[in-house]
Amino acid sequence: MSDFPAVNSASVVAEAAFAEHMASWPRMPAWLAEAKREARKRFAELTMPTRKQEAWRFATVSNLSCDGFTLARGEASLAASVEPVVTCGGCLDFADDFHAGGKPLDPELAEKGVIFLPLDAALRAYPEFVRKYLFGHMPNLGSEKFEALHMAMFRSGVFLYVPKNVEVTLPLAALHEAVRPNAGLFPHTLVVADENSSVTLVEVFRSRDANLAHFACAASDLVALPGARISRRLIQSWSDSSLAFHLGSSTADRDSSIDSISLHLGGGHVRAEEHGRIVGRGGNVQMHSLAVATGSREIDQRTLQTHLACDGKSDLLYKNVLTDKARTIFAGLIRVDELAQRTDAYQTNRNLLLSPDAEASSLPGLEILANDVKCSHGMTTGQLDADQMFYLLSRGIPRKEAEKLMVFGFFEEVLSRMGNEELSAYAGGLLEKRMGAAG
Amino acid sequence: MSCELPNSQEALAKDAQAKALDIERNVGNFRYDTSYDLDAGKGLSEKTIDFICNAKKEPDWIRDFRKKALKIFNEKHMPGEWASADLKNIDFDRISYYMAKGRQTRSWEEVPEEVKKTFERLGVPEKERAFLAGVEAQFDSESSYSNMKEDLAKQGVIFVTSSEGLMKYPEIFRPWFGKVIPIGDNKFSALNSAVFSGGSFIYIPKGVKLKQPLQAYFRINAEEMGQFERTLIIADEGAEMMYMEGCTAPQYETSSLHSAVVELVALKGAKIQYVTVQNWSSNVFNLVTKRGMAMEDAQIRWIDCNIGSRLTMKYPAVVLRGEGARGEVLSIALAHDGQHQDTGSKMIHVADRTTSNIISKSISIGKGRATYRGMVSIPSHLKHCKNNTECDALLINDNSRTDTYPAIVVKGEGNSVQHEASVSKVSEEQIFYMRQRGIPEAEAMSLAVNGFVNDLVREFPMEYSVELRRLIDLEMEGSVG
Repeated sequence: MSDFPAVNSASVVAEAAFAEHMASWPRMPAWLAEAKREARKRFAELTMPTRKQEAWRFATVSNLSCDGFTLARGEASLAASVEPVVTCGGCLDFADDFHAGGKPLDPELAEKGVIFLPLDAALRAYPEFVRKYLFGHMPNLGSEKFEALHMAMFRSGVFLYVPKNVEVTLPLAALHEAVRPNAGLFPHTLVVADENSSVTLVEVFRSRDANLAHFACAASDLVALPGARISRRLIQSWSDSSLAFHLGSSTADRDSSIDSISLHLGGGHVRAEEHGRIVGRGGNVQMHSLAVATGSREIDQRTLQTHLACDGKSDLLYKNVLTDKARTIFAGLIRVDELAQRTDAYQTNRNLLLSPDAEASSLPGLEILANDVKCSHGMTTGQLDADQMFYLLSRGIPRKEAEKLMVFGFFEEVLSRMGNEELSAYAGGLLEKRMGAAG
Repeated sequence: MSCELPNSQEALAKDAQAKALDIERNVGNFRYDTSYDLDAGKGLSEKTIDFICNAKKEPDWIRDFRKKALKIFNEKHMPGEWASADLKNIDFDRISYYMAKGRQTRSWEEVPEEVKKTFERLGVPEKERAFLAGVEAQFDSESSYSNMKEDLAKQGVIFVTSSEGLMKYPEIFRPWFGKVIPIGDNKFSALNSAVFSGGSFIYIPKGVKLKQPLQAYFRINAEEMGQFERTLIIADEGAEMMYMEGCTAPQYETSSLHSAVVELVALKGAKIQYVTVQNWSSNVFNLVTKRGMAMEDAQIRWIDCNIGSRLTMKYPAVVLRGEGARGEVLSIALAHDGQHQDTGSKMIHVADRTTSNIISKSISIGKGRATYRGMVSIPSHLKHCKNNTECDALLINDNSRTDTYPAIVVKGEGNSVQHEASVSKVSEEQIFYMRQRGIPEAEAMSLAVNGFVNDLVREFPMEYSVELRRLIDLEMEGSVG
């Protein structure tokens, strides 16, 4: 797609790009401008990651250069009218970080006080309210420099607030598309679910043209207040030449639960960080991920489950399929504070190697400071099971078909937790396409 | 090595090798002039190295080796952010790197009460107690060892100190020395390479299968228990052997840094088992590098039990270099108040069809902290390698701590690994069941903990496993309630 010629300008990490970003946001609240300037300063001060740092062990840090990516300048003309991927109660469509359309929030929900707005609009409409939660939590799992960049450069994203006792039955959706060549995006997602409310947010991140390179530094902050339930689905298919950061945080208060599923299908180099915190008694955080690493893709996943309160639960399941020369790194830690007695925490990482040149690294970790806990982690890396293959072959199923069945069996464990058939089918279709392309 | 000894025990030694052994055992008493300054003093410099080389009358290649190591030690950084911050408290300038006289001794009265109590409970013989407590510099085990020594010599087995090995058997010693663990492997292996003294050199000839384990215990002397032991064991093709070091009794040490290097070489089809049981006093930094190299169809098995110390960092490794080689680590760690057991294992696969197995169990009592740290690596050109890792941690008190930090990298065809770790406390149902049958709570806890490590303890030689169980009972005392 050559409708959008690349704009010659400074790299997204340059001071000039920051100045341009600040100038392009008229009437930015003073506190936000101040926070952004501080973040910019922090970004400049922090050094680029090196492999010697534990948080970047095994990662190809030379992939992290942002040179050549320029500030996304989204505008109305970039809008593409697409149907949301699921039947939803409202959808926000972004093109190059610009709110370019979508489906308005169900008026019934709006009446109940649900706020579902582009983040910049929310900042205009409810500045003090958004301020209270904005940048409350970042994952802090090694990408602090890029967190600072995100904070300095973010322009929009999703703001979702669900008031007390409101249950949003249909999912809400958002589409973040990178459009122009070399565009650098900073989508921010902030979800606050007030006491005893519930909501599901489906977010799709993708490059509109798979042949263009993009840079995405996305961050999300999910906050579940006592008794609330948040489900978040993230489906990412950036182009193969893209560099992407997905920095996620989930914070569960008393008796609340947050369940997230991330599907990583694209990107050239993807750094995914996810930090689940249990801050109130009985909080429950579920973190799932399915990554398809094809070609020479590198998917670098760092997770942390922090238990700060007692009776909490957390469960993590990260599954990776690797083909060709792809690499995946899973580094996960469960940290149980001294006070977090009666914690149940689990962590599982499974890597399926479909090529002898693919490489899966795994660093599952535990730090347990309380004794009355049930914690475990498990990881496996291996090939398709030979006995299972034999079984299928002996029943006359061609090898190719058998392989496909077994790989989809591997996916199923995560797909079945989607909790939405439409979405599972959509994700399954994307996976099939992805695996087909991998041969 | 030709000085004659007035000792009448020498009558028993019939061949030169055995004779050499006895001479070596008496090093602290006879080899050096008393007019000589026997202590290299504190701090580490080229002068220290020269002092050690002169005192030990070492050949020049060792002097060069030590000096090179010193240079690397000075250049090398301390372990990175992953390691315990407590390492910063080691003051290298305040350590004595070589004492020809061996350990300093003290009077029985100076030995702490709890150490004496432990000896009592473990049933350590009177003679050994004095040695272990540091009252005697030497432990005479001549009577138990002499028969075995003869038998070994007949089979061509070499079992001497590393100092003797490098001087008397350079043609066997030198090709492997520092090859499994290069000087610059880490800061502490460099330190050991610069100042090592003591430790064993063992060579088992082709096809010789030793029925009895070789024990460092048999030939403990001043040097043997040195701070910077260096052990090299070579099992020639098809040979089989088991080596045992340490004991369950606490060793009360005046020196605070122990940094040993142990290299094992198992040639084609050879089997080596290396058993360690250590129980350091809680002022000791125990920073050890242990690695074995297993050639075609060879097997190396580390059986490791770590108790006590302020900080232990020990990750026995096996480099699986020949096709069909097997590596195994079985490890038990027990961390009490103020102790940090940072142990684990490394399995480096570099040949096809190699397999490895790691089983680690740790127990944290009081404010003790047990850490498992592991590395399993299977690179891309390999086929059909397997690794299995299991780490289980038991936390006794509500302020006990455990960590697990494995790293697993897998590439290649038909390779598979699995890793599992779990953390739990002693089950209340178990305790309830035992109490209901009239077993006091403390005893029930001990039983439960012994049950937790039971399948590993069984792998230890008989006398160790009995002592180990008693020791666990002892460590558990006062930890309940």
